[in-house]
Amino acid sequence: MSRVPPSTTGAAKKDVAKDASMIKQKEMMAAHYDRLTSAKENGKKVCSTFVPGNLNELIMCFDLVNNLPETNAIQMGLRKKSGQNVLEAEKMGHSEDVCTYVKSDIGMMAKGNIAPNGKPFPDPDVLLLSYTGCFTFMKWFELLREQYGCETIMLHTPYDATGNITKNMRDYMVKQLKEEVIPKLEKVSGVKFDIDRLRENLKESAKAEDDLVHVLQAAKNRPSPIDAYFGGIYYIGPIFGAFRGTKDATDYYAMLSEEVDERVRQKLGPITPDGPMGEEKYRLVTEGPPNYTSFRDFWKMFYEDGAVVVASAYTKVGGVYDFGFRHDPVNPLESLADYCMGVYTNRSLPQRIDMLATYIEEYEADGLLINSIKSCNSFAAGELMIMREVEKRTGKPAAFVETDLVDPRYFSPSNVKNRLESYFQMVDQKRKGARVTGAAA
Amino acid sequence: MSKLGDIVARAEALFEDLNFTAAREWKEAEAGRKVIGYMPIYVPREIIHAAGMLPMGVLGGGDALEVIHGDAYYQSYICRIPRSTVELGVSGRLDFVDGMMFPSICDVIRNLSGMWQLMFPDLFVKYFDVPQNYADEIGGNFYVNELQELREQLGKLAGREITDDDLRRSIAVYNENRRLVGQLYEQRSAKPWTVPASEAYLIVRAGMVLPVEEHSQLILDYLGAIGAEDRPMKDNTRVVVTGLFCEQPPLNLIKSLELAGCYVVDDDCMLVTRWLLADVPTEGDPLRNLADAFLHQSAATAAKYEPDEKEKGQFLVKSVRRTGAEGVIFASPSFCDPALLDRPMLQNVLKRENIPYIAFKFAENSGQMQPIREQAGTFADSIKLWSE
Repeated sequence: MSRVPPSTTGAAKKDVAKDASMIKQKEMMAAHYDRLTSAKENGKKVCSTFVPGNLNELIMCFDLVNNLPETNAIQMGLRKKSGQNVLEAEKMGHSEDVCTYVKSDIGMMAKGNIAPNGKPFPDPDVLLLSYTGCFTFMKWFELLREQYGCETIMLHTPYDATGNITKNMRDYMVKQLKEEVIPKLEKVSGVKFDIDRLRENLKESAKAEDDLVHVLQAAKNRPSPIDAYFGGIYYIGPIFGAFRGTKDATDYYAMLSEEVDERVRQKLGPITPDGPMGEEKYRLVTEGPPNYTSFRDFWKMFYEDGAVVVASAYTKVGGVYDFGFRHDPVNPLESLADYCMGVYTNRSLPQRIDMLATYIEEYEADGLLINSIKSCNSFAAGELMIMREVEKRTGKPAAFVETDLVDPRYFSPSNVKNRLESYFQMVDQKRKGARVTGAAA
Repeated sequence: MSKLGDIVARAEALFEDLNFTAAREWKEAEAGRKVIGYMPIYVPREIIHAAGMLPMGVLGGGDALEVIHGDAYYQSYICRIPRSTVELGVSGRLDFVDGMMFPSICDVIRNLSGMWQLMFPDLFVKYFDVPQNYADEIGGNFYVNELQELREQLGKLAGREITDDDLRRSIAVYNENRRLVGQLYEQRSAKPWTVPASEAYLIVRAGMVLPVEEHSQLILDYLGAIGAEDRPMKDNTRVVVTGLFCEQPPLNLIKSLELAGCYVVDDDCMLVTRWLLADVPTEGDPLRNLADAFLHQSAATAAKYEPDEKEKGQFLVKSVRRTGAEGVIFASPSFCDPALLDRPMLQNVLKRENIPYIAFKFAENSGQMQPIREQAGTFADSIKLWSE
């Protein structure tokens, strides 16, 4: 395993240990933002779309550069700039009640639309409204269309309310792809659709998906070599973003997979921003997105107490691969349809509960932790019931904390820490109880 | 029934009855009858009716329901209607209902469909998806198949096939109901002093629990009775109220707007009664006819995608022009993503059209009306004093 030693520059900044895959990902992201911000001068056209229902393999068939507003909002959150963007949007008349991803994006536009590399984002040439698993997406792109006045393509993904994707649902999606999405992308890009190119991209996706699943399932080991929530955010970056279907992504996941295998061989825990994690004391499954404005502080509250997340729902929001689905070059459009319909937030509550209970069992977790996000109803509405149902089914304790994605006003460190500490105590009590019961038996 | 006061009193009693006695009595009147609850905004009630069942609107618990259990299901930042709906369910107030339908309106109602599956595993629970693509061969075919699936599911529940003729008869009955609701709205718009907004609300709301034939008669009776009342015309400001398509405002809120000097000449309450804008043909394939009406002749609202940017907000503008309204009131439920995310876009359209507007939020159990009354009063006065 290649390990890059922590940087020695920047005296005030704490050094961060980085694996080679992390370096590669950073380079990939930097190159992506450069490609995006120089798109116009290089004669490239830009397609904005969403992470759930991201059709990157298809977008690449038209030589379009993929821009994901949610990812941009996350980047702003991590850089602690989203708060001012949200306020800017609220000043413009957007309600304090609604999704902060949207407001971060709108506010960022109002403040010059500057990308993480310091250069302005180009205006999109097309908005691919992949309406998958989140109602807000529709309003978000109507708002962006108002701003940019460019071609907007709606791809409506029916909700999987029963765990049974019907022929009607699949046919509807394939028909939209054939008769609406592809012709409009051809028109905007001036590039003729080539299904063999799509097949090649999908083949590449499936390879990366195999490796991603291998990485995520490595958390079944003790100690877990990865953190599947905080660390998982980094692992899903390329495949949920503008890289799925590229050779770069395949290489990244192959490299990551090897690194994780090596950690398993050496019985090492995850790498945290403060270096290798200490003793693994608690194994958790999480539901809900993380908080990005205090991402490291939030993560630290876990690893300082020896808590590692062994499986998370959030790392399935851009595609659920660990139950067998792979992009399929033999049935390309059907496969894209199934991908969209299968993303985590497009699944019914009973399916989400099944997944979480399965994770707790298969990853031998101590319980479920829900980070409920103020601005994401798609995740949040029903989470209290999810908590109770998972507890009931697994007999493992669950806990609930509340923060927000990119609005720093909703991250209260002391409250979150108190709750986490109480939760860890609850897990200890439960274990003690189990030992006493076991001894008595 | 002829006297206006009696008609309104009956509608108000139906509105206040959180045990849904009217629907219970309808069910008990004949063995084998079934009731299907549905949430806003739109379900094709014709298919439920064609199955011989009573479609019953479940619009939350209003301001009279004490929510004891429902709050344990939701965080503070989720709107009120799902928690009071859960309360209605877990408190047994909906124990006579044989099925519940949850239309695709927002993530909260969508997720509630899954919660309902878990809370009431023996009940027919249906998440009802509608197309956001309006091409006949794409969204239309999808929708026809979804309608067919619903028809088969309800047929199974009813224990009999729902025939095309059953559907055509039900379409005709609902066509008549839509025409009558339309007449009520036209009357209110033409002479708002004869139809107070609170009365119009109660009369339409009665259609959520009454059989459609009875509801149509109620509207006819009401329209017939208002002529006998001497209600003076006031110098009120004509407004359209929007944002009420899901969580319902307290009746006092509607009354407060009128007390503040507003005549409500259009609104988007209970759109299920006015979703389809024209008669659905009673000849030909009934499901295709319902689908065509949905695709090409239906209301615009925040939960529905507008494919043509130029058309965004025009439904509201046309409502203002058609009714001669002088302003728009955006009354949005707190934490309602569809209404609140749509609002800035609609406001921009109104700005371009020089149509004045104000905005406030409410919850179905809002009790304090004074601020709303003051805001609406100032708005009404400013229009009277300074509009050209």
